[in-house]
Amino acid sequence: MALHEGNDVLGALLMRESLDHCVKCTICETFCPVSNVTPLFGGPKYSGPQAERFRIEDEPSSDSSVNYCSGCGICTQVCPQGVHIAEINTQAKAKYGATHGVPLRDRILARPTLAGRLGTPVAPLANWTLRNRLLRLAAERMIGIDHRAPMPRFAGRTFQRWARRHTPRRANRRVAFFHGCGTNYYEPRLGAMTVALLEHNGVAVEVPKQDCCGLPLQSNGLFDDARGYAHRLAARLAPFAREGVDIVGTSTSCTLMLKREALEILGMEDDADLRVVSGRVFDICEYLVAMHKRGELKTDFQPVPETVVYHAPCQQQGHGIGEPALDLFALVPELRVVESDADCCGIAGTYGLKREKYDIAMRVGAPLFAKIADTAPDRAVCDSETCRWQIEHATGVRTAHPVEVLHRASGLD
Amino acid sequence: MSHHDVVVVGTGLAGLTAAVRLAEAGARVLVVAKGIGSTHLSPGTIDVLGYAPARVERPGEALGALVEAQPAHPYRLVGAQGMGAAIGWFKDRVANGSLAPYAYTGGLEENLLLPTAIGVPRPSAVVPETMAAGDLRDGGPVCVVGFRALKDFHPALLADNLGRSRIGAGARAAELDLVPERRTDVNALGFARALDDPAFRGEVIAQLAARLRPDERVAFPAVLGIADPHGAWAALEHGLGRPVFEVPTLPPSVPGMRMFAILREALRRAGGAVVLNNVVTGAEQAGGRVTALRTRVGLRDERRGADWVVLATGGFASGGLELDSRWTARETALGLPVTGVPSPGEERFRPDYFGDHPMGRAGVAVDRELRPVDAAGERVLENVLVAGATLAGAEPWREKSGDGLSLATGHRAAELVLDASTPAAGAPAAAARS
Repeated sequence: MALHEGNDVLGALLMRESLDHCVKCTICETFCPVSNVTPLFGGPKYSGPQAERFRIEDEPSSDSSVNYCSGCGICTQVCPQGVHIAEINTQAKAKYGATHGVPLRDRILARPTLAGRLGTPVAPLANWTLRNRLLRLAAERMIGIDHRAPMPRFAGRTFQRWARRHTPRRANRRVAFFHGCGTNYYEPRLGAMTVALLEHNGVAVEVPKQDCCGLPLQSNGLFDDARGYAHRLAARLAPFAREGVDIVGTSTSCTLMLKREALEILGMEDDADLRVVSGRVFDICEYLVAMHKRGELKTDFQPVPETVVYHAPCQQQGHGIGEPALDLFALVPELRVVESDADCCGIAGTYGLKREKYDIAMRVGAPLFAKIADTAPDRAVCDSETCRWQIEHATGVRTAHPVEVLHRASGLD
Repeated sequence: MSHHDVVVVGTGLAGLTAAVRLAEAGARVLVVAKGIGSTHLSPGTIDVLGYAPARVERPGEALGALVEAQPAHPYRLVGAQGMGAAIGWFKDRVANGSLAPYAYTGGLEENLLLPTAIGVPRPSAVVPETMAAGDLRDGGPVCVVGFRALKDFHPALLADNLGRSRIGAGARAAELDLVPERRTDVNALGFARALDDPAFRGEVIAQLAARLRPDERVAFPAVLGIADPHGAWAALEHGLGRPVFEVPTLPPSVPGMRMFAILREALRRAGGAVVLNNVVTGAEQAGGRVTALRTRVGLRDERRGADWVVLATGGFASGGLELDSRWTARETALGLPVTGVPSPGEERFRPDYFGDHPMGRAGVAVDRELRPVDAAGERVLENVLVAGATLAGAEPWREKSGDGLSLATGHRAAELVLDASTPAAGAPAAAARS
């Protein structure tokens, strides 16, 4: 049975009901990157469709092992029966958190805008703090953020500030840019490159005021707060969607949140703003490929004589759009692309930052790190910011968003 | 909307075979699927024809006779020759694939007789090299080795049943207490990963060597490596100094996963792409041809343009076919006509489980070029080809023919598309096919 009839989202309740389609084939378990490296997580089938039958409403949730699910979503991808395994497990984590409380550490990690606002004005100090071994050890001891875990660098100036000073190009087609927290606080350069690339291709870019999409809160089981963020962001973006303006994002997990996760996992199907935004959100590479199909992409790319390892992050796979970055890279002369052929880098947003999960995350990513080490590329390429930080941390190889490669190929560097 | 030369629907053996062969011939291929296909659940052998209805010893000969006797059987679409070509192609892909030197052995000349996990002899034509020494026709005693922590494989049950079978291979069981990483619960894949590690292989050999009797060959659950199966199997044969063979387990099936990995990697190397979580909900048509498939991705509908469509979505078990409570059968992706469904009042099922169930042969009927046809035998779509378990007229679970049918019709579907797209014989695409 289809969970969605026409364009109607039948809702979070039916996400859960999909467990009745599970035939215990174990295909999800063979793909789960976490349960394959640690016995602490029982696996997606066990924690999802099986254990869910014992998570009875109004009764306390007792099995903490579901908290070891990283939420990468691969299980839902590979399920041949259409069971929404990852969604069920994310809901189960929230239920566990509601029963037993969510640790302070998770509440902090789940609010990237809070960290961004605090850290940006004092970026040099904040960056020094995040890289000071003694302070990191203290933080690990006090709140449980692993002292080795990769931390981004505050840029000191936000992308929003750059965008306010940028004179937009006028063009026939326009998009709204959903840049996300990573671009705003840590990688404003990526935002500027995205604007330049779109403008280069005749697209005017508007940068609406925006805040977090709520994904980290959702992943950490803080559903009420996540709904608040998703609702406020949708309200900011909805006017564009209602005008027929597409919303383009560079953070592939955050665009997935707006596309469907907030509707499906948080049960926000009654949020009219979110519904209209959901229908208009595109991953940047998905959007550029669509432009190319319409003959709107400038393809007079300059040679980029580099070898890159491309890793499609799990959340990008969740879009169900294939690997559009590879289609774009195929247009760039002299670019040699090696596919990672690995499932997951391990970080899964905030998962790999946590003391009890850091080693698991590194083991999950080991095949990817080995592939990168073997290839010795000029750089690695990945669509998701936290994955890029993890890959750089584990391999020492500079890791870029696909837009950065296209920016260079378009002669915009 | 994307556009590809060929969109293949389904990631089972039939779909992947068609996709790899087309991509290797230069076609731009996209595989769309709801999820991972049946490979992970299958033993990883290519069973061509096991029973017809008596046990088949020479599948090539029996296949010819079957097609004569059953003109509606899908094997008529490929014949023994097409089956042989497909087997040759498949063995070559494996031998030159990502897990080489892991290879398959066997062919249409004779069936091997391999034990199942419960010790039932199963006729199989083409098998992983790691299973071949299990041929029960060879006689001689077998030591069935299990791992206590692998709860899906019971060596005593296997050995007992094997001893009882008329094949007469004497068998006994031995259990090892080795557990990878001291886990409490390990599935077949967990053991396969452990056996990729030479150190774990060494522990197995050390615990087992003294317990074996001189003339015994050794059966293991099919967990002898996932990244390096040839290495694991060869190391055990060498270390134990005797033939070693794998017996398929309950799912997850490690040999099936190897098969998937090899074909998936071959497709990647040939430039083909796979997107999952794409449920085909219908097609746009013009002039008897499909111009684009509609797929549901999350909350959205995508259109995927194609010159050709290979439909390999499986049968009732995989959701390629559906039967509702009103006894109406439908093909779920494109709504193709389904034939062979007994009319109201007619018998649908027989009382015994392995009986000749009339319902069992329901599916999509096709013409000689694998195009779907309606009740009158008229072709309904020009550029759609159907392969694998969706096809009407076979009873794979009784015949032990499912893998053979999927491989041969997937292989044939690719050939038909290439023939139809090649302007003249002898063109480069024809060379690439050989």
